[in-house]
Amino acid sequence: MNDGPDLKTLVIDGAAYQTRYTRKFACRKPYVAPDATTLVARIPGVILTVHVRRGQRVKRGDPLLVLEAMKMKNDLTAAHDGVVKTIHVEEGQMVAKGQLLIEFS
Amino acid sequence: MSLRQKLRDFFNRREAAITGGGLKAIEKQVALGKLPARERIKFLLDPDTFHEYDLFVEHRCHDFGMDNKQLAADGVVTGTGKISGHPVCIFAQDFTVAGGSLGLMHARKITKIMDHAMKLGIPLIGINDSGGARIQEGVNSLAGYGEIFFRNTLASGVIPQISVILGPCAGGAVYSPALTDFVFVVDKISKMFITGPEVIKTVLGEEISMEELGGARVQTEISGNAHFYAESEQECFEQIKKLVTFIPWNNRKKADPFQARKPKPGLDIEGIIPPEPMKPYDVRNIIRAVCDDSDFFEVQKYWAANIVIGFARLAGETVGIIANQPLVLAGVLDVDSSDKAARFIRFCDAFNIPLVTFVDLPGYLPGVDQEHAGVIRHGAKVLYAYSEATVPKITVILRKAYGGGYIAMCSRHLGADFVFAWPTAEIAVMGPEGAANIIFKAEIASSPNPDAMRRAKVEEYTEKFANPYIAAANGHIDAVITPRETRGCLIHAIEISAEKHESRPTKKHGIPPF
Repeated sequence: MNDGPDLKTLVIDGAAYQTRYTRKFACRKPYVAPDATTLVARIPGVILTVHVRRGQRVKRGDPLLVLEAMKMKNDLTAAHDGVVKTIHVEEGQMVAKGQLLIEFS
Repeated sequence: MSLRQKLRDFFNRREAAITGGGLKAIEKQVALGKLPARERIKFLLDPDTFHEYDLFVEHRCHDFGMDNKQLAADGVVTGTGKISGHPVCIFAQDFTVAGGSLGLMHARKITKIMDHAMKLGIPLIGINDSGGARIQEGVNSLAGYGEIFFRNTLASGVIPQISVILGPCAGGAVYSPALTDFVFVVDKISKMFITGPEVIKTVLGEEISMEELGGARVQTEISGNAHFYAESEQECFEQIKKLVTFIPWNNRKKADPFQARKPKPGLDIEGIIPPEPMKPYDVRNIIRAVCDDSDFFEVQKYWAANIVIGFARLAGETVGIIANQPLVLAGVLDVDSSDKAARFIRFCDAFNIPLVTFVDLPGYLPGVDQEHAGVIRHGAKVLYAYSEATVPKITVILRKAYGGGYIAMCSRHLGADFVFAWPTAEIAVMGPEGAANIIFKAEIASSPNPDAMRRAKVEEYTEKFANPYIAAANGHIDAVITPRETRGCLIHAIEISAEKHESRPTKKHGIPPF
């Protein structure tokens, strides 16, 4: 909400325009490709069950964890075939949004 | 009882009811910088025009000790009155009575005044200041909300609906304002959210204040849920009074015409656009240089500022203006600006307000975030809204009109009645830089000096195509006009479109890409 000139550059179809950014545009996060070798918590909650062990071979769709969040016992399943490299959580543990749960190799 | 006694009894009852939640609760309300409900109505409406109904309505709850509790007017004031001479139906939740909580009878009072507004064909104004559902009334208060939402939807496009958020408006309660046409908020007073900071902290572990989560600034600048921002309740009421003069009572009428007034002197319309096509300028100055009294009433000023929307008058007639804003994000279309423009276009079309579009955009905003946020689906809303609209549609191409952006901004192809272009217009499939890079790719690559070759080719393309004459030669625009001729051309176009009638295929309703 300011009226100063504070002009920035915006390139569209190879042409560089001088213009202001909106707050939303200035704060946008650069895209990060999803990492197939990790499982992170999409929502915060509590780990009720750990179904797998370290070194275990899993197939796509196999149950990995039960995460209780938003009044639901959510089954977290394997998105790809792989081998469990590290389990970062234990049963009863609270996890935050975005927290690393399991790594695969 | 004699008449005198009956009158005295009545005065006592009325006095008790209009005191709301009592003097202590009123003091608390005032200490928060808020006005009591009836004061708000008094300040908003023309003097001595308010008529209140259902003052003696009582709640019907018997649980949780509610049977011996009296809630004055059940926490909401309803009635009719006038704003700037226009009749309106109005309700105002009274926070001093049980926190303005919504129970069944409270909701019934609101739906009754909504039904009145629909029958009478006059605007509805709702002042929201409520802690939410009255928990003691359980599912009945949910029923109340649902009945309000249902009526908001039926009234949409029939009568203008205005929501004023002057206190908390949380949880399900936010959806009545969200279904209405214009939402007004006031700094430090308005709070809107689905789940409050407490819940967010418990469930997600994220800490945030009410103000940062859903305060007036957030709703007008970040989320786009609100349309008008004011520093005080008084300023907010002045904004509402002004808005009402621009819009008709209902969808069968036109907005009241005003006396025609010239734009204010001092704005040289020829000096606003910089000669360099990459330089920005404030498109609102063009609007002000063209409209009556240079009075442009901007809607959603702070959100998606890369497109400008609002009301103005041309020779006394209300018009809805949509303009790309080169000053912000070069005036591109993106997810938010598409959403903002599309809804405004549909409001104007529903209420017989002609559309005037000023075009200057390089295209759509590039970026992963835009594509993943669904810029395809959101951008389509603009095409839908313009194509669907049957009110007079007039377009002025000021400078850049490239590619999909050219089509989207009310081009002839979407049914514009009149398309004008300034001599500075560049109507082409894409900007010279992008086009030259593609068309002359081989020449540029094989040249001993690719940069010089690219520049030469960009210049060649600019010379040939970055003008309005190819579009004019094909009849895609009706006239090339000078900046100074613009006001006259617009006024003439509006005048001769007064009886415009255009029909659309019969259908239950379209399916816009919501």
